[in-house]
Amino acid sequence: MNYQALFAQLLVGLINGSFYALLSLGLAVIFGMLNIINFAHGALYMMGAFAAYFLLNVAGIGYWPALILAPIAVGIFGMILERTMLQWLSGLDHLYGLLLTFGMALIIQGVFQNYFGSSGLPYAIPDELKGGVNLGFMFLPIYRGWVVIFSLIVCIATWFVIERTRLGANLRAATENPTLVRAFGINVPRMITLTYGLGVGLAALAGVLSAPINQVRPLMGADLIIVVFAVVVIGGMGSIMGSIITGFALGIVEGLTKYFYPEASNTVVFVLMVLVLLVKPSGLTGRAA
Amino acid sequence: MTTITENSIPTPRRGIRDEMVAFVIMTALLLVVPLTGVYPFFVMQALCFALLACAFNLLIGYGGLLSFGHAMFLGSAGYFTAHALKVWGFAPELGILVGVAGSAVLAVVTGLIAIRRQGIYFAMITLALSQLLFFVYLQTPFTHGEDGIQGIPQGYLFGLFNLAKPTTLYYVILAGFLAGFLLIYRTINSPFGEVLKSIRENEQRAISLGYKTDQYKLLAYILSGTLAGFAGSLKVFVAQNASLTDVHWTMSGEIVLITLVGGLGTLFGPVVGAFVIIAMQQYLAGFGQWVTVIQGAIFVICVLTFRRGIVGEIAHYFKRSL
Repeated sequence: MNYQALFAQLLVGLINGSFYALLSLGLAVIFGMLNIINFAHGALYMMGAFAAYFLLNVAGIGYWPALILAPIAVGIFGMILERTMLQWLSGLDHLYGLLLTFGMALIIQGVFQNYFGSSGLPYAIPDELKGGVNLGFMFLPIYRGWVVIFSLIVCIATWFVIERTRLGANLRAATENPTLVRAFGINVPRMITLTYGLGVGLAALAGVLSAPINQVRPLMGADLIIVVFAVVVIGGMGSIMGSIITGFALGIVEGLTKYFYPEASNTVVFVLMVLVLLVKPSGLTGRAA
Repeated sequence: MTTITENSIPTPRRGIRDEMVAFVIMTALLLVVPLTGVYPFFVMQALCFALLACAFNLLIGYGGLLSFGHAMFLGSAGYFTAHALKVWGFAPELGILVGVAGSAVLAVVTGLIAIRRQGIYFAMITLALSQLLFFVYLQTPFTHGEDGIQGIPQGYLFGLFNLAKPTTLYYVILAGFLAGFLLIYRTINSPFGEVLKSIRENEQRAISLGYKTDQYKLLAYILSGTLAGFAGSLKVFVAQNASLTDVHWTMSGEIVLITLVGGLGTLFGPVVGAFVIIAMQQYLAGFGQWVTVIQGAIFVICVLTFRRGIVGEIAHYFKRSL
């Protein structure tokens, strides 16, 4: 067995798992508050990467500020989408939210494809994170290690805010019973808008993180979002921690598949989804829906 | 909560008469197409998509199940029929049979998995399943990957009708479309269809009345998938190729768009939607990716302001059932 290659694939798996976790976390938070499955999540992830690219090439702003500015910019864009379009769907069937956000994804991806084609634009790794360290059993590129650790921190921080703070408690209460929470004088519509902004910001952050690894492409989020949907079906959307763990775990499984049976690496997450549906239809952590 | 179909008008006697009149007008118009000089290839393509969208609409419009993976039936049946015609040298009728039978099997297998979850999850699962099949077809040799199966012989249907002649092919496609359309019409107006509608309106109540709703949903899914496969098999004779485009998720999105524009849960909506969207694609073919942007914009506009669709709005205005 080639351990160098195995660990290299495991690392790739962990990185993909970070993106799955960040994206499915955002989907779960948004679904909790808005009752909408955000099909535009992949397109907004792509916008995060492009925002970092523009910041660097137009304004000369580097990676570190972009890590904060890009999610904020895309988050504000998301909040505008919520105010102008998504808010009108409350009270309608969930499926309309899926259709509307699918349309938004087509528009965003189509516009970017018109101006940037389908090929990738390079985005350099910041100087501080260049190079790698030899861990003995494998060679670890520093940037890749950083992506995994930073994503993990962001995921845990999000979990902490939602599950352990007063703000999060309000949020969870508004998910359960918005009318009652409004009676306490909390502005629920504003909270919904901010929640959408937060979920979208997480997607954009994943986009910035992936820009130096996967290049910046208009369709980078299009196929990813379908895998993330499968992750969400497997994990269920009931629990924040569930989304994080499922995301990372599936990334690792995918990485292992790339080493042991590369032909199935594209499909392994979907196959696992089928198995989970056959054994435990409500998902690993979720409530039945 | 408003359900996804606002077009659920009960069908009294008068409703059935309206539908009959509309059906006769539609059939008459389609019969004279070859005499008018309209490009028959366009109409044949639109008819295949119309049948596909009608099959999709059976599931969402009457069963309340949104499948975001219906391209898998279109593409799979296309591959099966194309392979049977080109490699095995089957006659057209047998080729179609292979495609339809294959998509029926696919519908049974995916249906048993997908109906385990409801609503939004059902849409995500069908999307994921079709993406799974997309990667399978990308890698298996018989589909020829990115190239697809090309130059498919059209042959003689029942040894009599030369499908290489555009006019003959047109009437064969039309006959296939009408057969599928009437089968769907019959299904919707059968006791089975009524139970399906009751599940859409209130599944818990249907269960409490003693209906095994999962079986009804599975049966509707299989019927819908098989008919979508039939449309895919017919399309092979028109396009003479079978490619990955037809299995891709963008195609599933297009099917949803066609039905949404025409009118979810209306009988004739998917047909009108197919002609509108296919015509739009023809006229805008030179605009590259802007077609995607326009399709996205139509999605957004339809969901925000035009949820009944073209036929749904007309039916609502005249208080008719169409």
